[in-house]
Amino acid sequence: MPLALNRRHLLSTGVAAGAAAVINPPISQGHEVSGKVPWSAGDANTPEFTRSGDYQFLTAAEVAFLDAAVARLIPADDLGPGAKEAGATFFIDHQLAGPYGQAAHWYMQGPWASGEKTQGYQSRMTPAELYRAAIKAVDEHCRSTLGGREFTALSPDEQDKVLSGLEKGEIKLANIDAQTFFDALLQNTIEGYFSDPIYGGNRDMVGWKLIGFPGARYDYRDYVSRHNEKLAFEPVGITGRPGWNPAKS
Amino acid sequence: MVKKLPPVDVVLVGFGWTGAILGQELTDAGLNVVAIERGGWRDTPTDFAVTFAQDELRYYYRQALFQEPVRETLTFRNSPDQTALPMRRLGSFLPGTGVGGAGIHWNGQTWRFLPSDFAALRHNTERYGAQAIPETMTIQDWPVGYDELEPYYDRFEYLCGISGKAGNLNGQIVEGGNPFEGARRRDYPNPPMQMVYGPTLFGAAAKELGYHPFPAPSANMSRAYTNPLGVTLAPCTYCGFCEKYGCGNYSKSSPQTTVIPVLLRKDNFELRTNSEVLRVNRDSSGKRATGVTYVDIQGQEYEQPAEIVILCAYILHNVHLLLVSGIGTPYDARSGEGTVGRNYAYQIVSGVNAFFDDKLFNPYIGAGALGIVIDDFNGDNFDHAGKGFIGGGYLACWNTNGRPIENSPTPENTPKWGAKWKSAVAKNYLRTASVSTHGAVMSHRNNYLDLDPTYRNAYGQPLLRMTFDYTDNEMKMSEFLTERAADLARAMKPREIRINARKGHYSIVPYQTTHNTGGTVMGDNPRDSVINRYLQSWDVPNLFVMGAGAFPQNPGYNPTGTVGALTYWTAEAIRSQYLKNPGPLVQA
Repeated sequence: MPLALNRRHLLSTGVAAGAAAVINPPISQGHEVSGKVPWSAGDANTPEFTRSGDYQFLTAAEVAFLDAAVARLIPADDLGPGAKEAGATFFIDHQLAGPYGQAAHWYMQGPWASGEKTQGYQSRMTPAELYRAAIKAVDEHCRSTLGGREFTALSPDEQDKVLSGLEKGEIKLANIDAQTFFDALLQNTIEGYFSDPIYGGNRDMVGWKLIGFPGARYDYRDYVSRHNEKLAFEPVGITGRPGWNPAKS
Repeated sequence: MVKKLPPVDVVLVGFGWTGAILGQELTDAGLNVVAIERGGWRDTPTDFAVTFAQDELRYYYRQALFQEPVRETLTFRNSPDQTALPMRRLGSFLPGTGVGGAGIHWNGQTWRFLPSDFAALRHNTERYGAQAIPETMTIQDWPVGYDELEPYYDRFEYLCGISGKAGNLNGQIVEGGNPFEGARRRDYPNPPMQMVYGPTLFGAAAKELGYHPFPAPSANMSRAYTNPLGVTLAPCTYCGFCEKYGCGNYSKSSPQTTVIPVLLRKDNFELRTNSEVLRVNRDSSGKRATGVTYVDIQGQEYEQPAEIVILCAYILHNVHLLLVSGIGTPYDARSGEGTVGRNYAYQIVSGVNAFFDDKLFNPYIGAGALGIVIDDFNGDNFDHAGKGFIGGGYLACWNTNGRPIENSPTPENTPKWGAKWKSAVAKNYLRTASVSTHGAVMSHRNNYLDLDPTYRNAYGQPLLRMTFDYTDNEMKMSEFLTERAADLARAMKPREIRINARKGHYSIVPYQTTHNTGGTVMGDNPRDSVINRYLQSWDVPNLFVMGAGAFPQNPGYNPTGTVGALTYWTAEAIRSQYLKNPGPLVQA
């Protein structure tokens, strides 16, 4: 949906009446602004965050596949939790169910050609379609070359070999560019590990704790000149951190 | 059915930096001005407040503030013998949309070009001989010089409250500033930013090697600042969310934080958002613009008549508008004839990571223009004899951010995933400083913009087509700059370095810079330029074209400082010359 009608657009087209002081009766259906800087109470364009704990797009089998894959891309180890524990699969599910999964902001008109690498993504599949088809195709590849087993049934070493084959383009998938899928999967896994927890990944800010990123803070003025010091910030997300909102008993 | 609106004096197409400045200047001159902006209204408390501005996924990776390819994109190819394909999603550059344009989500690195940059052809020919300019290189001199632009650079820097240190005050070299810069009549309005550790180490290493480090000129405020229009900006808090983000703290200069609060209060100014200009209209002579036609988000078309039309959109859009409006002669790479779309250029960048065991850089304490720079290898600040290229770039140790999805560098030969990747990221995230190079791109016969024969935008118009690749000049120059960057990184005495050299053909995929230039270049005659020295169309004298499209080739600096200066320069020409005697300001 190229021109999503959110509340701000409704305001701009005069459906919501309260902002008349700064939005003149339109001579066109554009948003007329003159006289002063517009501002309306409650009009903050806040992020669309994950409200539901349920999967929205992936099937149970696809969840199992991605849990296994992201656990190899960023494994749990002595350093701490990996992408699976961080909720990367759940994050990817919600991304695929939303505008990203539908390629809502991308140019998706034909004609279609594969082109050169320098010309970028040319698949006619949306990310949601790509994941659905690629997971099926990878399992098919595994079944036919690894003794009838699906990806989740492979040992971690075997899974790594499959992922590496996709990364290098050595595994060919029917009608899908393996590298395009792998690149999306790796990128989305890293996003699910390091993005703000409001999007369903980076649970308990495990990604941020691993590296020492303090999160959604905005004022470091007191620390600029403290060169070469270990600064023990507890990370903070957009909704704060768990310690600010103790669970109700 | 097209609705015809009441006429105005001036219509501005696009409302970013150049539109806001011209709106302010031309309403000051008493003109009735309407700005038409394709995107929506945007402002700090509503769209990127401090309570939710620090969101790497939403703003960068899901591209909340940028142009949406679904509505407008371009096709791309490396050379004229390839078939261009659409840029289906953004990558290499991130044009803005909405009020403020990319002026909302820039880093704030605010430069003046070198005096010799304005005479690229003459200067290099005189110093290195005509053979230094390859036959296919189409560089040309600017029709305006540094000294003429100096007062207008000054105005833009004082509008923005740039933090920095002068290196050349009225011809006197000042210790600690950039000794290579052109003379400035007064210092920056604000002192340099407080410096973090990585750039500090870089500065010391650069000095040891005999170079001339200085703090980068920054549109991130080093202290509270009230500009000449009476708009106040707050001190930067070094949160590390500048480029690709809006500043939640009113600490980064943008149209919103410097001009718009004053301009919107004027009763001779009006802004129309969510309105996309489709073409510039002309009378039957073809030599006079009568206004523009635009479409709102309901699909209703309007005709807005105006005495003066000024294109203030991003360069790619300005070129597209001229082409779809049939104004000027489209450039033909085979014959070399025509001017619209000619001399498209870009930037060439590379970098070197320096990994340490014993030093903590805390990269998240950052700002978009926080860094130490050397200009010893920019422009013609060094002898190019025998090097096989002209031009150069600056080397910098920036500390722009520690945003982890984007910025988790790992040493050479680290896998891209798995346990080894994870431990490398964990080990190096706080302990890496980087030296980057930011190089010029000369104009070249086969680098240009025209209309695509196949693909169309949401309004049924042909997409712009970009044909671009780096040439030997850029590759040799970038190799040279990267070697210098590696020397500097080693001089910081790290455990190891990783050289990320510029290799292979230009790719539209990885983000590089949003420094697209040319296509509507300025010049001293209509044979090799679209606009004259006052950014006025040669073909249609009541049409002006703003922005970096005017650059005949792209020097080794970020463009916004010069874009701002050229905007004030044009505003002054319109006010003091054009309004008294409308017509060509330069005789062809």
